[in-house]
Amino acid sequence: MIPLNWYLLLSATLFSLGVVGFLIKRNLITVFMSIELMLNGVNLSFVTFAHQWHLVKGQIFVFFVMVVAAAEAAVGLAIIIAVFRARSTLAVDRIDLMKL
Amino acid sequence: MLRGLSLIGGTFSPASTRTTVSHAIGLVAGVNDGTMHLILFIVFAGFCLAGAINLLLQTHPINSALSLVVVMSSLAVLYLLLGAEFLAAAQIIVYAGAIMVLFTFVVMLLNASREERTMGSGVARILGFPAVAVVLGVIATVILRAQGMGSATLSDPITSTEDLSRVLFRELLLPFEVTSVLILIAILGAVALARPGNADPARADRAIAERTGK
Repeated sequence: MIPLNWYLLLSATLFSLGVVGFLIKRNLITVFMSIELMLNGVNLSFVTFAHQWHLVKGQIFVFFVMVVAAAEAAVGLAIIIAVFRARSTLAVDRIDLMKL
Repeated sequence: MLRGLSLIGGTFSPASTRTTVSHAIGLVAGVNDGTMHLILFIVFAGFCLAGAINLLLQTHPINSALSLVVVMSSLAVLYLLLGAEFLAAAQIIVYAGAIMVLFTFVVMLLNASREERTMGSGVARILGFPAVAVVLGVIATVILRAQGMGSATLSDPITSTEDLSRVLFRELLLPFEVTSVLILIAILGAVALARPGNADPARADRAIAERTGK
């Protein structure tokens, strides 16, 4: 018997770790991985609430999130490759052309 | 009055003893089931958190990618504990399989090296981390105080793929088809973006020179 609150707490913790990774990582690919971590944390809370209310639609929402994450990964990594070709670096500190 | 109460208690004691015994048997059976679930949850939630923290601590992108595989695989087990068997399989295939292979492929293609550690910019240190701590604290308080949340056991019914597809292909057929268009556009976008002539270094340098006026 696990209270579902624990699952939600784990999900919130994963999301926060993803945000922290987004802030402290200095490599473009790792920053992108932190975003995936955040998406996974949100997915866990979707599945938890689908279990709580016995609704299938919560799980289908996770399915759609996975589809969108796959599309996002494809486009994002293509952008990373294009950035690397143009600037020959992956360090976010050196990709600051649009910074104010 | 007291005597009457004790008499009533005495009259009811055999029945209450029986219910207590059967309740205890049920509780023991439930505890076995529940302990197993508890162990599985703690082990894989621990893997999950350890992988996420390792992702932050590693400096080489390939190590971070492998930690993320650990996180996603243990999340698949947690989905299974919550009765979402299709999503557990999809998590392994799509996330831990396809997306992470794409990540490691790009890491190796670009020959990504160790990142230098700067612990974030000034804004991230001043605003970001306190904001994350506050948000996590608020969410955790709300979650831990929430009443009426159920609990998960191993004997819970599993959402079969049949149930899932019945909703997906009847009620949500249009969104499902729209996602295929989305994937198609993503493929076209990825091909167009990663095409060699697109990010010409000389052209990019010219653009930078125009912007900075050098």
